[in-house]
Amino acid sequence: MTAPLLRLRDVAVEYGRGAARVRAVDGVDLDVRPGEILGLVGESGCGKSTLGRAATGLEPLARGTVEFLGRPVEPAGRRRRGADLRRLQMVFQDPYASLNPRRKVGELIADGVVLGGGRRADGLRRARELLERVGLPGDAVGSYPHEFSGGQRQRIAIARTLAADPACIVADEPISALDASAQAQVANLLSELVAEASLGMVFVSHDLSVVRQVAHRVAVMYLGRIVEIGDTATVWSDPRHPYTEALVAAIPRADGAGTLPVDLPGDVPDPAAPPSGCHFHPRCPLVQDRCRVQDPRLEPVAGRSAACLVRAPGSGNRAGAVPLTGPGRP
Amino acid sequence: MAPLLEVRGLRVALPTRRGPQLAVDDVSFDVDAGEIVGLAGESGSGKTMTAMTLLGLLPPGARTSGSAHFAGTELVGLRRRAFRDVRGRRIAMVSQDPATALHPILTIGTQLTEHMRHHLGLSAAAARARAVELLADVRIPDPEQALRSYPGQFSGGMRQRIAIAVALAAEPQLLLADEPTTALDVTVQAGILRLLDRLRREKELAVVVITHDLGVLSAVASRVHVLYGGRLAESGPAATLLTRPRHPYTRGLLDALPHPEAAAAPLRPIPGAPPSLGAVPPGCPFHPRCAFAQPSCRVDPRPEAVPVDPGHRLACPPDPLRGRPAEPVAAVRTS
Repeated sequence: MTAPLLRLRDVAVEYGRGAARVRAVDGVDLDVRPGEILGLVGESGCGKSTLGRAATGLEPLARGTVEFLGRPVEPAGRRRRGADLRRLQMVFQDPYASLNPRRKVGELIADGVVLGGGRRADGLRRARELLERVGLPGDAVGSYPHEFSGGQRQRIAIARTLAADPACIVADEPISALDASAQAQVANLLSELVAEASLGMVFVSHDLSVVRQVAHRVAVMYLGRIVEIGDTATVWSDPRHPYTEALVAAIPRADGAGTLPVDLPGDVPDPAAPPSGCHFHPRCPLVQDRCRVQDPRLEPVAGRSAACLVRAPGSGNRAGAVPLTGPGRP
Repeated sequence: MAPLLEVRGLRVALPTRRGPQLAVDDVSFDVDAGEIVGLAGESGSGKTMTAMTLLGLLPPGARTSGSAHFAGTELVGLRRRAFRDVRGRRIAMVSQDPATALHPILTIGTQLTEHMRHHLGLSAAAARARAVELLADVRIPDPEQALRSYPGQFSGGMRQRIAIAVALAAEPQLLLADEPTTALDVTVQAGILRLLDRLRREKELAVVVITHDLGVLSAVASRVHVLYGGRLAESGPAATLLTRPRHPYTRGLLDALPHPEAAAAPLRPIPGAPPSLGAVPPGCPFHPRCAFAQPSCRVDPRPEAVPVDPGHRLACPPDPLRGRPAEPVAAVRTS
C-alpha cells in the first residue's frame, strides 16, 4: 500500500475558552492516499469543514497531529505558509467569494503559478493550459470573474488551485452552490483530475448521494467524531451506524413514486454541551441504556469501521446479531 | 371547481442595458387548493421571476402581460396598494435562506404576532395563543419558550420551520416556497418536506415549490412544470414526468442526478450552461445543448407547450423521446 499523502492522528480542534469551550473536532484519525478521494459527510455543525481546515493548516489543533508528505502541518498564523505546504491546497464552496472580482482570470491563475515557484511570465501561458484543462476557453484569461456563471467560476477556482501543482486538495462543499447541470460537471472534473495526476482529495459535503458518486472511501461525521468510515460502496449499500442509515434514508429519490424521505427527528446538539455516552443517542432509534453512558469507539464491522455499541460492539462480536431495522431501511 | 391559481400566457420583461428582455415567456399553469406544484429549472429559467410576479415584487421597470388569476383577483397589473392585501395575507413566501427572512433582533413572538395583528386584526392575547399553536404545528419544541427567543438561538432547520410559521401566520391560501430546503441538510430537508405535505393535507394549503432538485419535487409535488430560458419545456403529473420524461432537458436533469438505486457511475451532466437573460438562443432555447436538435429547432418560432397526453404538455415538436424506455438515454450532447 502506498504511503498516505495526508495523515491525521487524534486530531482535535477547539473554539472559545472557559465554559463556552466547544470541541468542534474530537479525536479524528484519517489517511488520504494518492489517487484517492475521501468523502467527508455529515450535517452542518458536525465539524467536517473545521476538520478540512485543520487538515490544511488553517486551524490550530488542540491535540493530535497532521502530516503532509511526512512533514507536520502547522498553522502559520497570519504569516506566509511554508513552502512545503504549497502542494496542499483547498477549494472552497463559494466561487463568488473565493475569486478577487477586481483581477482578471489569467492573473488569478498566474498567482497560483508564482506561488508554486514558477515565474509570472510563464503564468499566463500556464493559465491558458489550465483553463482548457478544466473545460474553459484559454481566452478566458482576459476576462473578469463576474463574466462567468457559478459553475464556470468554480472551474476557474479549480484551475487556480491546480496552478500550485498540488499533491493533495481539500475541497469544502465544492459543488453545493452550483446549478443542477454544473454540479455533475464539476464533480466529474474533480474525479478526472484526481485519477489523472494521482492527487489525493478530501471531498467535504453534506450530500451523501454526491459523495457516493465521487469518493472511493467515505467518513461520516457526527458532532466532531467519525462514526463510520469505509469503502463508499460498502457504507452506502449497507450502512451500519444508525446515523449513516438516517442520512441515506433522508435522500429524496427522483423516481416519481411520491415517497416522502425519512425524517431524522431532532437537531445536531450543541457541541458546547455534547450528550453523554454516544453523542448520537438522543436521536437514535436503536438507543439502549449503555449508549447513554458508554463512549463508543470505531470498531471494525462487516468490512468497515463503525462507532456503535449496538451494531459494532467490539471487533470480537459479529454485527449480524442485531437486526438491521432502523428507520433508514426501506 | 376552478383552480385556486390560474396562470395563463404570463410574460415578464425586465429592463436591461440592451432594452427589455423576457425573463418569463408565455408560461401557463394551474394550482389547486391542497396541492403542491413544482416549478423546476436552473438559474435563469424564470422560476423565481414567476413567483415574484405573483407577489408583486418585480424589480422597478419590469413589464408583465398575460394573466394570473388568484381566487377572484387578477394579479397581473394589480396596483401596488392592492397587492398589499394579497402579499403576506393571501399569498405568502418562504425563501431559501431563513436567516434573511427573520429579523435578527426581534423575538420570534413579536415577528409572529405582529403579522397576525396587522393582517387578521387579532388582539395581543389571541395572537399570542395562535402563535403558540402555529409553532407547535411546525413542530418547534417548547413553543412558549420559543416565542421569547431570537432567530439566532435556533439551528438552520428550526429557523426554516419558524419562517414557515411566520409565512402561515396570516392564514394564506397559497405558499410560494423558493428553494425552501436547498440550504438545509438532507435530514432537515426531509422534515420540512413532510411538514409541507402535512399542511397541504390538513389545511388545504396550496404550495408552489421552486427548485432545481427533481428529487424534492418527486417527494411532494403532484404536478411539475419544467422551465428553461423563461419558457415551459414540459409539464405534467410528477409520476409521469419523472419516469417517462419527453423533453430532452427534463431527461438531462434526471440523468445528471446521482441515482441512489443504480450502481455508482460517473455522473452524466448536461454540457454547457443555461442561457442568461437576453441571451436565449432563437428557436428552442435548449437546442445548443440538445443531442436531438434538428435544423427546425434552431429557428423561430419557439416551440409551444402543447398537450401530448392528458395533463401532459411538451414543447418539443420532434418529440424524440416518445415511447422511449425509462432508463437514461443520451439525451444531451456528450462533447
